[in-house]
Amino acid sequence: MTRLLDPTAEAAPERQPRRARLASLAGATIALLDINKPRGDEFLDRLAELLGARGYAVERFRKPRFSSIAPPELKQEIAGRCAAVIEALAD
Amino acid sequence: MANLRDGLVAVVKRDCPTCALVSPVLERLAAARISEDDEAGLEISFRAGVQIVPTLLRMVAGREVGRVFGWNRDEWRSFTGIADLGADLPANRPGCGSRTLDPGMPEKLAVRYGAARFRSRVLEVPSAVDAAEWCFEQGWTDGLPVVPPTEERVYAMLRGTRRGAEEVLGAIPPNFAECTVEKAAINAVMAGCKPEYLPVVLTAIEAALAPQFGLHGILATTNAVGPVIMVNGPIARAIGMNAKGNALGQGNRANASIGRALQLVVRNVGGGRPGEIDRAVFGNPGKYSFCFAEDESDARWESFAVERGFPPQASTVTLFPGDGVNPVIDHVSRRPEDLLKTYAGCLRALYNPGQVNDVAAFLVVAGEHAQVFHEAGWSKARLKEALAERLWLPMDEVVEGRSGKLQMSPEELARPRAPKFRTGSLNVVRAGGAAGKYSAIISGLGSKGINPVIKEIRP
Repeated sequence: MTRLLDPTAEAAPERQPRRARLASLAGATIALLDINKPRGDEFLDRLAELLGARGYAVERFRKPRFSSIAPPELKQEIAGRCAAVIEALAD
Repeated sequence: MANLRDGLVAVVKRDCPTCALVSPVLERLAAARISEDDEAGLEISFRAGVQIVPTLLRMVAGREVGRVFGWNRDEWRSFTGIADLGADLPANRPGCGSRTLDPGMPEKLAVRYGAARFRSRVLEVPSAVDAAEWCFEQGWTDGLPVVPPTEERVYAMLRGTRRGAEEVLGAIPPNFAECTVEKAAINAVMAGCKPEYLPVVLTAIEAALAPQFGLHGILATTNAVGPVIMVNGPIARAIGMNAKGNALGQGNRANASIGRALQLVVRNVGGGRPGEIDRAVFGNPGKYSFCFAEDESDARWESFAVERGFPPQASTVTLFPGDGVNPVIDHVSRRPEDLLKTYAGCLRALYNPGQVNDVAAFLVVAGEHAQVFHEAGWSKARLKEALAERLWLPMDEVVEGRSGKLQMSPEELARPRAPKFRTGSLNVVRAGGAAGKYSAIISGLGSKGINPVIKEIRP
């Protein structure tokens, strides 16, 4: 028997169910999150236009840098103010 | 461990001539004999910290109150209070090394007798199974075989640092899992490190976790980058790192295994794996390991660490997100002005001849090229300045301009030209073999937020 030490974090991933899809967008505010890559704003500008034309409220958010994960404050702010989020990956 | 009876106890071993020599003396003293040749004796010797045999211990109320070792007549007489002890023996004979210190034994005994304690889970691999293959099956490797991390090897590795095994170095992305010194040591064993490399590995991990290195982004990016490690200061020489010929290549254990250890930590502790969170389109061979020492043997140019404010006697680790090695070959230029043209042309083309954002480089200058600047009396600062002057791009050649989306301040946009390395992300260092007129460019990422991180190495 060879005894080896575990090189991993020994953490078992926890599976969480996805949030249920919104039954309707009526009255919902939709977050548009720009990850701060070039031209992400073009995509989100157009989405804002299209959503606005259909009468939906949108709020714009921006990550400080595309290569870092969104800071918790930003995620909390989005979760507190919006019912759904659309994130733009771009270049 | 069996309790030792009070009185005199001698620890001996069979192959020791001095032990044989003192045998009549031990008889006269009626000392209890503990032989390192049997398991129980070995345990007693280990627990008593015996280094030399024979060792004569005096036990009172179950505790040691004194010891002598080897054979020195005067010492033994004074220790026992017997004035004519060993009258027919020579005055002095050195002892032999304890079996507890035979190669491999300190680790084996520390594990066997519980002196080595780990917080990590122990996994048992059946004897019939090849442990290296088993490590592959667990997903612990970078594609090359690893050294199976036995308790003995990890114990020996941990002795390479004064830091406690439980010290937390930080949270490794992408899973942001806590990395202790012990977890780092396990991965360092797997990478093939020697214990004396561990302080470098630990500092490299800490540097990788600095926000301005941006490990999460470097891991997840589609770009080819990975961590490039450069070591400065006396530790590089002490552990035998290569700063000379083939410094960026294979063949040196410290260079090879330190870089690999960092990548194994990212993989195993952080959970960063190709095809999962690592979305690199190509990657690069340096993602197995990319680590070298700066050549500090010629003081005419100060080292990168000194440029960054560290004293020359400090040992440091510098980490930057880099990818491939681009050789710069110029056998002909003999004047700094000519060599500059070569450098600028090669540097200008990095990533995309029109790219000025998110591009950085380390220009690694080897001996004969450095000599061109030295002979003309050029400092490194002058070289960097002259290079910067040559690395302005006409604005209409800047590639982001073609999309009309230049990410620049209004002042920058008002200028007719833009610098190739907008955020000052071009550094010049020394390494490489003595013969041949070469330099090398290590390209990589650099921006206002992402920069090389330098940290002093703690023992």
